[in-house]
Formats: sequence, C-alpha cells, structure tokens
Amino acid sequence: MRFLNLNIRLASTVPLCYLCSTVFRKPNPSSGVPIYVQINQQIRHAIETGAISAGDQLPGIRSLAETLIINPNTVIKVYRELEQEGVLEIRHGLGAFVTSRRRSLSKAEEMRDAQQLVHEFVDTLKIQGLAEGEIRRLFEAELAGEVQRR
Amino acid sequence: MTAVIETIELKKNYGNHEAVRGLNLSVHAGSVCAFLGQNGAGKSSTIKMLLGMIHPTSGNGSIFGHRIDKERESLLIRQKVAFVAEDKRLYDYMSVSQIIHFTRSFFPRWDHALETSLLERFELPSERKIRQLSKGMRTKLALLLGFARGCELLILDEPTEGLDPVAIEDVLQIVVSLAARGTTIFFSSHQIAEVEQVADHVLMIDRGKLVLDASMDRIKEQYRQIQAVFTDPIEERDLRLPGIGRVHVEGRTASFVASHNVDSIVEHVRMLHAGSIDVLPISLKEIFLEKVKARS
Repeated sequence: MRFLNLNIRLASTVPLCYLCSTVFRKPNPSSGVPIYVQINQQIRHAIETGAISAGDQLPGIRSLAETLIINPNTVIKVYRELEQEGVLEIRHGLGAFVTSRRRSLSKAEEMRDAQQLVHEFVDTLKIQGLAEGEIRRLFEAELAGEVQRR
Repeated sequence: MTAVIETIELKKNYGNHEAVRGLNLSVHAGSVCAFLGQNGAGKSSTIKMLLGMIHPTSGNGSIFGHRIDKERESLLIRQKVAFVAEDKRLYDYMSVSQIIHFTRSFFPRWDHALETSLLERFELPSERKIRQLSKGMRTKLALLLGFARGCELLILDEPTEGLDPVAIEDVLQIVVSLAARGTTIFFSSHQIAEVEQVADHVLMIDRGKLVLDASMDRIKEQYRQIQAVFTDPIEERDLRLPGIGRVHVEGRTASFVASHNVDSIVEHVRMLHAGSIDVLPISLKEIFLEKVKARS
C-alpha cells in the first residue's frame, strides 16, 4: 500500500519531529468525536493559524502516531482525507505536504472574514432596534429576491 | 482485507460450564484490535484456544490460515505469533539479561535495537534475578520479550495491568509503533480509555458470545445516546426499532442507545410527540456497560 511505503521511508529519515509536540495535541479518545476528525481539525487549525504553511512537510505517519499515541491507520485516514480535500499533497516516497494551491484554506479565510462582516452588520441592525426575527426575515427575503432576480 | 485471526463457531466447555459459546470473529491484518469483556467472559479461554494451549470443544479457527486445532499447524502459528500472557510467567531463577539471551536464541527475527531501547526505557536492571523483580517490572520484562520477537502478530492478555501511568503510555507507544511497521495486534484489556486511544477495531464478548464487532470510527460516528421527553406517557414497545437496544422508560421520558439508523429513530421519536429529543455522543465505556448490563 502506497501510504505504508511512505511511512517506512519517513521513519528512517525523520528521527525527531518538532511539529508533533508543539503543534499537535493528544486527542481526547473519550470525547465522542472520532480521533480522525480531531486530528483533521488540528491540522486544518495549524494551517489556519500559520503554524504550518504551504509547502511545509507534515510529520511521517509513524512519528505522528507515536507522538500522539494513536493508531497509525488513523493518521493514514486523516492524510488521505486531507489529500482528497485538497489541503495536503502526498508526494510518493517523500511524505505529506501542505498544498501550495491553498484552495481550501482561502475558502476558510473567506468564510471567516464573511462571518465577521455579518456579525458587525447584525450588531448594527440590533442597535437600530430591529429584533432577531426581523433581521432573519430581511436576510431571507433578500436571498429569496436574489434567487428570483437570477 | 486479509483476516489474520478467524474463528468459526468456536466453543469451549469446562464440565457443564460453557466458557465460549459459538464465537465467530475475525481480526484483519495490520489492525490493532481490542478484545473486551468482563472477567470470566471467555477472553482468556479464546486466546488460549487460538494459541493451541487448550483444545476447542467444537468449532474451529485459524491464524495466518493455519488451523488452531491441528498440532503441527499450531507449531507454525507459534513461530509467527508473540504472546504475552496475563500472568506474565517467567523463569524466576534467571536474571533479566539471562532470560533475554535465552528467549532471543529462539527467534531469528529478534529486534536488537528495540530490546536495547526497551531495557533503557523500562529501566530494567539487567543483572537482577526475576524473582526479585516487582510486579510492574515483571510485566515490563514480559512485554519486552514479546515486543522484541519481531513477529507478525502480537497477542497481549491485559498488557498494562499493574503498570503505572508512565509505563502504560510507553507500552501504548510501542504498540502504535509496531502497528505502524505492519504488526497485527490483538489485545485484551479492561482499560477502556487506552482501548479508545490506540485500537481501530473493537470486539466485545459477554458470557462467551460476541456482542460487539465494529471499527472504532464506526462506534464514534454511529453510536448515540438518545434521551426524549414525550407529551404523554409512552411504553417500551413504542420504541422497538432497528438500531435500538435496551430502552429505559419512566413515565414521559425515555433513554436508550442507538447503534445505527439514528436519523430514522429521531424521526420516529418525533412522530411519537416528543417535546424534546437529545442526541448525545457516547463513550466506549458506556457502550460496554450497556452491552454487559443488557442481559441482566
């Protein structure tokens, strides 16, 4: 299997992984959220905060599994998922790298900026005395109108 | 996926007592599979049958395709499998270094680097006699002898019992590391938190029967605790649906664990005029208690 090859090669070339202990936290196994979801979120968060950036190499499967003490198949699953989502790029025999296209990242940033705008706008309307229900109806009416105008 | 361990209708009776009652299980290559159950549920009997230490009353099983009930094949199994027993039995008159030397001589694929690193990590005194070791040290030594054998399958019966938290963390890390190298690991444990941490598959037995066989991810994704408050009193039979196990009903409130089918269950509960429905995540410990209590 391609991912296991990757892991064996990395294990011999990357003896210590500084990212493992500073960027990643041990997941909470009893939280009800699958560990692969927790690690997926941690990697996305590390990219969003700039702790790891485009082109950076992620820890090898074995070193991440050993540091976080999680099943290596979980790490494989996360890397594979993030590759499909365009966040990571797996270079055969070399390892997993943060994708330079940053497609999914810029989308995340856009959404965060938009959320801030909406937050400020809603606050302004509230100060003007509008109730939450009224604001919601205005938004919905505007979006419905948008659809009709198309 | 290839099954490394497979059993078909495996049974073991001790006199009138049925310890294992028709077990069908399979463990896939490369998996870290946890084997859970109460004391006396049949875990150790199953493991002993797999290793040819006791003979099945009926049914059969195989490891790496070798039949467990055939003496000649059982020998082949033991060459490929490392087993660390619950009682961590060792030759008391030997010193730590003597037993390592002795064990090493049987196994051509012995991992010398791992042996050296474990001796250091576990802080095992090389020259001390085994009879003078503490319980924790005996466990660590038994694990070292199992881990360093360089085998394809590792069967551990209660590997972390009696160890302190630091040693437990060390042991789990080695398990993860061996799994990353492709070793299949099958271990029994009462420490559910450690199972949740490192296992990717869970087999749970109760009174000699399999009651849960699922991947850890599926358990986390699909198992939910559901609590509902209805406008009128309801009865248990209103909630008999696929995916629902035992239902606790008290007046207008009901609580149960759903193993799958959660969306349809919630829809059904809503149709029964539930004023409030809470769908909550559930830990493996709660599932264990639910499965084990379900029979009483």
